[in-house]
Amino acid sequence: MNFELDADRRMLADALGRYLSEQYSAEYRNQTAYGSTGHSAETYAKLAEIGAIGALFPEAVGGFGGEGVDIGVVFETLGHHLVAEPLLGALLVGRAITEAGSAAQRERLEGIVAGETLCALAHDEPDNHYELNRVATTASKSGDGWVLNGAKAVVLFGDQAQLLLVSARTAGAVGDEAGISLFLVPGDAAGITARGYGRIDGGHAAELVLTDVRVGADALLGMEGAGHALLERIVGFGLLALSAESLGAMERAKGDTLEYLRTRKQFGVPIGSFQALQHRMADMLLEVEQARSAVINAAAAIDDDDRVAREKALSAAKYSVGKIGTLIAEEAIQMHGGIGVTWELPLAHYAKRLVMIDHQLGDMDHHLARWMALGA
Amino acid sequence: MDLQFTPEEQAFRSEVRAFLKDHLPPALAAKVRAGQRLTRADQEGWHAILNKKGWLAYHWPKEHGGAGWTPIQKFIFDDECALAGGPRLVPFGLSMLGPVLIKYGNEAQKKHWLPRILNGDDWWCQGYSEPGAGSDLASLKTSAVRQGDHYIVNGQKTWTTQGQHANMMFCLVRTDRAAKAQSGISFVLIDMKQPGVEVRPIRTLDGDAEVNEVFLTDVKVPLENLVGEENKGWTYAKYLLTYERTGIAGVGFSMAALEKLKLIASRVQKNGKPLAQDPQFATRMAQVEIDLNNMAMTNLRVLAAVQGGGVPGAESSMLKIRGTVIRQELLSLIRRAMGPYALPYIEEAQFAEYAEPPVGPKEAATAAAAYFNYRKLSIFGGSNEIQRNIISKMILGL
Ligand SMILES: Cc1cc2nc3c(=O)[nH]c(=O)nc-3n(C[C@H](O)[C@H](O)[C@H](O)COP(=O)(O)OP(=O)(O)OC[C@H]3O[C@@H](n4cnc5c(N)ncnc54)[C@H](O)[C@@H]3O)c2cc1C
Repeated sequence: MNFELDADRRMLADALGRYLSEQYSAEYRNQTAYGSTGHSAETYAKLAEIGAIGALFPEAVGGFGGEGVDIGVVFETLGHHLVAEPLLGALLVGRAITEAGSAAQRERLEGIVAGETLCALAHDEPDNHYELNRVATTASKSGDGWVLNGAKAVVLFGDQAQLLLVSARTAGAVGDEAGISLFLVPGDAAGITARGYGRIDGGHAAELVLTDVRVGADALLGMEGAGHALLERIVGFGLLALSAESLGAMERAKGDTLEYLRTRKQFGVPIGSFQALQHRMADMLLEVEQARSAVINAAAAIDDDDRVAREKALSAAKYSVGKIGTLIAEEAIQMHGGIGVTWELPLAHYAKRLVMIDHQLGDMDHHLARWMALGA
Repeated sequence: MDLQFTPEEQAFRSEVRAFLKDHLPPALAAKVRAGQRLTRADQEGWHAILNKKGWLAYHWPKEHGGAGWTPIQKFIFDDECALAGGPRLVPFGLSMLGPVLIKYGNEAQKKHWLPRILNGDDWWCQGYSEPGAGSDLASLKTSAVRQGDHYIVNGQKTWTTQGQHANMMFCLVRTDRAAKAQSGISFVLIDMKQPGVEVRPIRTLDGDAEVNEVFLTDVKVPLENLVGEENKGWTYAKYLLTYERTGIAGVGFSMAALEKLKLIASRVQKNGKPLAQDPQFATRMAQVEIDLNNMAMTNLRVLAAVQGGGVPGAESSMLKIRGTVIRQELLSLIRRAMGPYALPYIEEAQFAEYAEPPVGPKEAATAAAAYFNYRKLSIFGGSNEIQRNIISKMILGL
């Protein structure tokens, strides 16, 4: 067995890491992530140029990677530097097109890989709680196109995305798996209103209302009514990405805390000399290593043809980072004492991100239940 | 054994409840319940209402304007206030400085400062911590040097809660640099409005700014503002920290948070059913409720033990640890109940004046921010690690 990255991936990780270390300081990150658009067009373009987006896609569609390890490497590095750019949207929408797109739809990938088209998955709704099947937004046939109506919740960068992937019901009742279809919709389509806002962990999101949004027949991605399986597939990529991002952020939170234990003095000694903190730091290390293993499992499983094995590994990873990420966030703050709750300390923002990752694409309870429901 | 409150205590509870029903402004209670930020005027208004009734300094002796209540009465009052949506009383003047002045202040100080606390003439803040002196408070460096009829104070205080509102600070300063840590410290009262005092806000991770740094440069403090004896400040500081710990468990606040959590979980839907029926969420809610009930009983046991007089000792450390952990868990569950709606953060929505429709469930506006903000509970007032050290030394003798 060999857990080392191969040369190409090492190079990508190094290039990405170097760029972020040099150009994406905590100050710059907070300025842009909590700024008016929640990200930096410049940084996003640069990330595309370095290849961070291309690495998420296979060669067949113009990328140069696309395997689980590639996605893991990229998102772990992004997590390590707390990057608040819309790469998750690119991954989710781009992979949906990769998996199910027609030749014409696949042409959109070029702009996505180049970092020119901002993308967002518009799936969650005000009344769902991470469920994939609970789609109330409707799409009905009209001429040879479709008319969409409904509301989408907390769509990441939904106020700026040029390309939305919208889940809508073409048949069945809210809660059915069958009857969900996916549509590629321009972000500025007539009938969409977006209420954008900042997120507590940086970056933007939006509430979207779709009122008689008309799209052509070519907007349908994949087969009509069979969107649930496709949704599960691409959310799987998201689970891997978020888990890897969490891992990167945990490593950093762990490192910062360790450094603090070594330097902060109280009672005339470094606080790291108190056994009460030593043992907890040791537990942090142990937990992060478990998270790393969960991410490796998920990365290895992402292309497994056995659905149960694949989805269990993905849910296991997301459950693990949900639980461990929150623990690391809380422990890191606590061991920093008062300084740990300040805006000025980069770690505080890592902590927020770690906790908020548990609120994306299903939290630890959701994925534990799903893991159990998937069976053996 | 008798686990019932006495008839008198029950009657007292009814009296408190009736008073709150008539006098706690509904708009204020709504703000508190929603976890929205309170203004200085909100706090002052509520203090004035309680003062009028004679219930403000309810832990002071009667002769100084206190209510003369038993520990159980104080507990009942705290409990009812929190459940009714009453704001936490700003503790600095009332629960911290007041008792110190009553015990160690001279007549002139009592006569001058105590009525002003009751009337809300001064807004006090606590100048203990320094950048290098947190858990190890005795290592503080801010110096006070005698010069004629006053001290000249130089140094830096930090984490000064609500220092932005304060016009007065009770402060620990070093008056004898040669003496060993604890022995050279004095307790002084500093007028914040004079030259040499600079207050700079510290922004917390949730975006709020309730704490401050306070820089003291050649600040003149008249000798009459020294409380007790010079170099004996550590005794008073410790007294202040241990005197009033009936409320430390925050039972009422946790009870109110539990109610809020249950209400939210009955409304939010998961898999077509209320979240309260989701097996895992229900399990978590049940666990924290049991923990809370156990802690509430522990709190009453401690109070019953001190009912006859005296103050809880190291037991209050137990209450602090448990109380803060439970409250943090409740806030964590409220956040989790929001699902994806924990992510949005709209600064203006932290205030009651926000008029836009909410994004997601109305509780979502403040749920994540409150969770992050209240990580402080296990850090301030002596961190939970320090409380464990106290338990292992004082109770276990290790
Ligand atoms: C929101 C907020 C409001 C505050 N308000 C005020 C105020 O109004 N006035 C005021 O004076 N102060 C205030 N404080 C300061 C507070 O009392 C200190 O933050 C607290 O005492 C911890 O000190 P520190 O932050 O320097 O952490 P440190 O003492 O540096 O501790 C860092 C970590 O080490 C641990 N640690 C330290 N010593 C030991 C030990 N011996 N054994 C095991 N673990 C140990 C701590 O528990 C903590 O986890 C406030 C703090 C906060 C966060």
